[in-house]
Amino acid sequence: MTQRLEKPKGGFNFDNYQRNLFLEQKGLSLPKAISTGTTIVGVIFKDGIVLGADTRATEDTIVAEKNCKKIHYLAPNMYCCGAGTAADTEFTTALISSKLELHRLNTGREARVTTAMTFLKQMLFRYQGNVGAALILGGFDVNGPSLFLIHPHGSTDKTPYGTMGSGSLAAMSVFETRWRKNLERQEAIDLVKDAVEAGIFNDLGSGSNVDINIIERGRCEILRNYAKPNERDEKQASYKYPRGTTSILKESIRNLVLVTEGEAMDIS
Amino acid sequence: MLTFRSPFLVTWGYLIKSFKPLAAVTIAFSMNSMSQYAETFVSGSISVPIEHRFYPYTDNGGTSLAIAGEDFCVVASDTRQSEGFLINARYSPKAFKLSETAVLATNGFLADGFALVKRLEQRLEWYKHSHNKPMSISALAQMLSTTLYSKRFFPYYVGNLLGGLDENGRGVVYSFDPVGSYKPEVCRAGGSAAALVQPFLDNQVSFKHQPTATRTLSLEMAVKIAKDAFTSATERDIYTGDYLEIFVIKRDGITVEKMELKKD
Repeated sequence: MTQRLEKPKGGFNFDNYQRNLFLEQKGLSLPKAISTGTTIVGVIFKDGIVLGADTRATEDTIVAEKNCKKIHYLAPNMYCCGAGTAADTEFTTALISSKLELHRLNTGREARVTTAMTFLKQMLFRYQGNVGAALILGGFDVNGPSLFLIHPHGSTDKTPYGTMGSGSLAAMSVFETRWRKNLERQEAIDLVKDAVEAGIFNDLGSGSNVDINIIERGRCEILRNYAKPNERDEKQASYKYPRGTTSILKESIRNLVLVTEGEAMDIS
Repeated sequence: MLTFRSPFLVTWGYLIKSFKPLAAVTIAFSMNSMSQYAETFVSGSISVPIEHRFYPYTDNGGTSLAIAGEDFCVVASDTRQSEGFLINARYSPKAFKLSETAVLATNGFLADGFALVKRLEQRLEWYKHSHNKPMSISALAQMLSTTLYSKRFFPYYVGNLLGGLDENGRGVVYSFDPVGSYKPEVCRAGGSAAALVQPFLDNQVSFKHQPTATRTLSLEMAVKIAKDAFTSATERDIYTGDYLEIFVIKRDGITVEKMELKKD
C-alpha cells in the first residue's frame, strides 16, 4: 500500500537534545566539539577582495591540527572563511556551495554574493545559534566586490574590511591603523598578511601559517600557506628505536591453508 | 578552573569538589562578597539579592620539567605567561635559583608562585645565618612541603619542581603538589603540557618500555631531550612557547641557557 510522503517540517528538531540531556544526567560526557580558535580577515581593495586566515585548529587548549584549511570554496567567484566549530563551518559552507551550484544551473547566471549570504543567514537563524559558524564571505559578482560578516545567530554586516574569531581584536587593530579606500592589490595582500600574523602571534587560539585568497573579476588566486612564520627547527636528537627494542615474547604461526594436492603457491 | 595532573592529586581533586561549597575556603569570600539588591519589573518591584563573587586564583599556563642524572640535574621552564587566550608576558621566568645546589620551577598561578619563592628565599637566608651553612636540598624540600601545608585551607595554587644535587653530589628531583605532598624522583614534568611531556621523559630518561636500552643518561643527552620535549610541547599546547630557560646544576655551579621557542 502506498503511503503519503510527509513533507519535512522546517526548524530545528529537538528530539536529540532531550536524549542528550537524559544521557548527560546518567553520566555520559559529550564529546567536545573542536573549535578553530582562529583569526579570519577580509578586505576590499581597488579591484576585488582579499581573504586571509590562520591555520590552527584547537580542541580546548591542545592544537588538534597545525595546518588546516579555513578558506572554503562556495562558487568560482566566491570564497568563505570560517571560524567557530570546525565541523559546522565545513558542512555549512559545503551545503550552501551545493545550493549555489543548483541555483546557478537553474538561473543560468553567475551567482551573486548576496544570494550566498541569504542562504547562509537563513540557515543559521533557523538553528538559533546552535550551528557555531562565524563566517566572512567574500566574492565578486555583477555588482562588483562584496564582503559580508555572518554571525552564528544569523545576523550579517556588509563592510569594506572585517575580522572574526578569537584573534579578531588583534587583526582589527592592524586594519584600523592601516586600512584606507582603494588599496592596491599588493598593499591589500600585505595588510591581510600582517593582520593575520597579529592574530597568530598575539592570540593563543590562532597560529601556524597564513592562507590568502584573492578574488577579482573573472579569476581567483589561492595562495595556500602564503606565509609560514612558524616552521619547526630541526630536532636536537633522533629518537629512532634500534631493531629489537620491543621484545617478541611469543611467536605463533598458523597455517590457514593446507595443500593436499598439487603444488603449494609461491608466496616468496 | 585549575586542575593539576600530579599523581598525588587524585585525592586533592576530590577534596576540592567537596569543600568548595563548604565553609573553609568560601568563608573568607562570603564575608567580602557584596550583596546588592536589584529591582526587577515583575508586577510591581521585587528586590532580589545579587551575590558578587571574587575568585582568588587564575591559571597562568606554562610548562616545566626536571631531570636528575648521576652528577647533574637539569631544570627547564618555558617563559610564557598567559591568561585565557591572551599573552601577559613572553619572558617571565618561572624557574628560580634558590641556592648553589637547588633550582625551583613553579607552575600554575604565578602570583602564588612568586610569593612562595620570596618566602622560601627569606627562610633560606635565616637558615644560612643561624646554622652557618647553606641548606641541603632534602632539608629545602621538607621546608617547602611544610610551607605549602601551612596554607592547607587557602593553598598556594602552584605545582612545584625542585631540582638539584643532594649531599653526595647526585642529581635529585622533588615534585610537589599544591599542598605539600612530595617525593624524590628521576624525572618529572609539570604545568599545562605535563601530560604531553611526561610520557616522553618516561621513555627517554627512565627508559621505560625499552628493555634493550642503556641505563645511563649523559648531560648532553638530557639537555637535548629537554629541548626537544619543549619544542614538541610548543607545537601542541597553546600555553607553551616564546622562550625556554634551562638550568644545569653541577658540582661546580649552576649555568643557565636561554633558547627561543615558537611564538604563535
